[in-house]
Amino acid sequence: MATARAMSTVGTRYQPITGRPRIVWAFLDALVLAKRSVLETVRVPELIMFVAIQPIMFVLLFRYVFGGAIQVPGGQYVNFLMPGIFVQTVAFGGVTTAIGLAQDMQRGIIDRFRSLPMSSSAVLTGRTIADLARNLFTVAIMLTVGFLVGFRPGGTPFEFLLGILLLLGVSFAFSWISAFIGLLVRSVEAAQSGGFIWLFPLTFASSAFVPVATMPGWLQTFARHNPISVLADALRGLFHVNPALTTADTRWALIQSVAWIVGILLVFVPLSVMRYRNTTAR
Amino acid sequence: MATDYAVHAEGLVKNYGRVRALDGLDLDVAEGSLLALLGPNGAGKTTAVRIFTTLLEPDAGRATVAGFDVVRDANRIKSQIGLAGQNVAIDEYLTGQENLEMIGRLYHLASRDAKRRAYELLMQFDLTDAAGRIAKTYSGGMRRRLDLAASLVLLPRVLFLDEPTTGLDPRSRRQVWGMISSLVSEGSTILLTTQYLEEADELANRIAVVDAGRVIAEGTSDELKDRVGGNRIEIAVAKDADLARAAEVARRHFSIEVAVDPAQRRISAPSKNGTGQLATVVRDFDAAGIDIVDLQLHRPSLDDVFLTLTGHQAEEEKAAAPASRWRRRSR
Repeated sequence: MATARAMSTVGTRYQPITGRPRIVWAFLDALVLAKRSVLETVRVPELIMFVAIQPIMFVLLFRYVFGGAIQVPGGQYVNFLMPGIFVQTVAFGGVTTAIGLAQDMQRGIIDRFRSLPMSSSAVLTGRTIADLARNLFTVAIMLTVGFLVGFRPGGTPFEFLLGILLLLGVSFAFSWISAFIGLLVRSVEAAQSGGFIWLFPLTFASSAFVPVATMPGWLQTFARHNPISVLADALRGLFHVNPALTTADTRWALIQSVAWIVGILLVFVPLSVMRYRNTTAR
Repeated sequence: MATDYAVHAEGLVKNYGRVRALDGLDLDVAEGSLLALLGPNGAGKTTAVRIFTTLLEPDAGRATVAGFDVVRDANRIKSQIGLAGQNVAIDEYLTGQENLEMIGRLYHLASRDAKRRAYELLMQFDLTDAAGRIAKTYSGGMRRRLDLAASLVLLPRVLFLDEPTTGLDPRSRRQVWGMISSLVSEGSTILLTTQYLEEADELANRIAVVDAGRVIAEGTSDELKDRVGGNRIEIAVAKDADLARAAEVARRHFSIEVAVDPAQRRISAPSKNGTGQLATVVRDFDAAGIDIVDLQLHRPSLDDVFLTLTGHQAEEEKAAAPASRWRRRSR
């Protein structure tokens, strides 16, 4: 393995591993960088706040502040709410990718990465994979808190796992949108605001927190076709928490959800990688 | 079309919108030498480094690094070079060890090799004690050293250092200089950019002076200084009354018109054979009975060089501000 050629005091020249296909390197390089992002999360107190504390606050606030006022047809608000909050949180979680990339550019580390003989998608894939890990952790916390405040998903364990898988898909897709934003903006501050701003109308003008039927007509059209609504409804179907959803409804929502996720990835992965290849530190 | 040069550039042009960052840059760096790209902010140094390290493509011209074309063979160049950019490009929340290991893995070293190499570099750069601490806790000098170490993970054939000592205190700068010098003496090829004249003077085998995206002069430090003129001898006399007579003696001695500065009671003239002439000057003045209070052989500094080379340009198109800001820094 270690084909080391001894050198003078300058040090040892180790030979890089060769002969692996590019797609394998794309994955391995991404894992190296994903590990970097995860370590950062663990070591930065503000990020722990964002990953763990904020979602708990959201669950509690919506459950107890709005819970009494919002009527959902044929069920408990907490059961209606939790899938919506999952989708919203996971979509927001992707913003760490935008901020992280903006930071890498500001600090100049992107120049070093781009000068290395590694896969050119790895810096982006690494961050989006790290977001997956973070979001999984966040969802686990929210499930626990949700359960404590009355959330009771039904359905089979398979459906439950499918639901979690769907959430990971949402996380991955939204992280790639975020990656593109992070590469476009000129500063960390811009990544922070630019990363979040579009998510507010998207998540609130949807079925995530309130039934779409309560909105004015023109907004309903938007809200019904909003991917966040589609994803939240698919999740409600899988968790069997909304008696109004038939099996056919769930299946249709699920198909649309997968289409959204795949569609977003098909657009934003190539866009972001192309952008990355032409990026230098600012 | 490989060349004998580790870095070779011909007529590189790069525009950022309407700003022309490089305007036909030509450059050669010989294998095993250190070339300093010396110039003020905005001269195009970083742009040149980014083209050599394949981060940017030139708009015109061509360049090779380690024999490979920077555009066509970009991927092959990447495993031949190391880069330490203007900003310290390390991850603040990783430890020193983790930072270097990560770079090793991204150069596709086996995990065990990446670990060993990281350890070796930490020793070499005097960072072993801090190896397990996150880089955020490092001092400016330690960060620079870690950054430099990161650029050496693969023992690159050509090392690019973009202003490696900017923002360092004098002690840390000395330390980094020491490390760069030992790399050169071990046979590394280095292209270093700097806006500090003393840095180029101290480290470089050859210096290329860059201004407005072009190399305006190139040579060893001595060659560049000779272009401005050779040594000068300066003589200060004790009494105002002696000054006129002293100028007369000097004129006869140097058989050339000499410069006289009455305020300083100082006479100066170009010296033909340097130190040897000092003794004869003293003898002539002694014979004439003139007291000398100061006698110097003065070598032109790179400061003089840059002023002479770019002086006209500062008046023409460029604002004088960046150049004067740049020149203020000196020993």
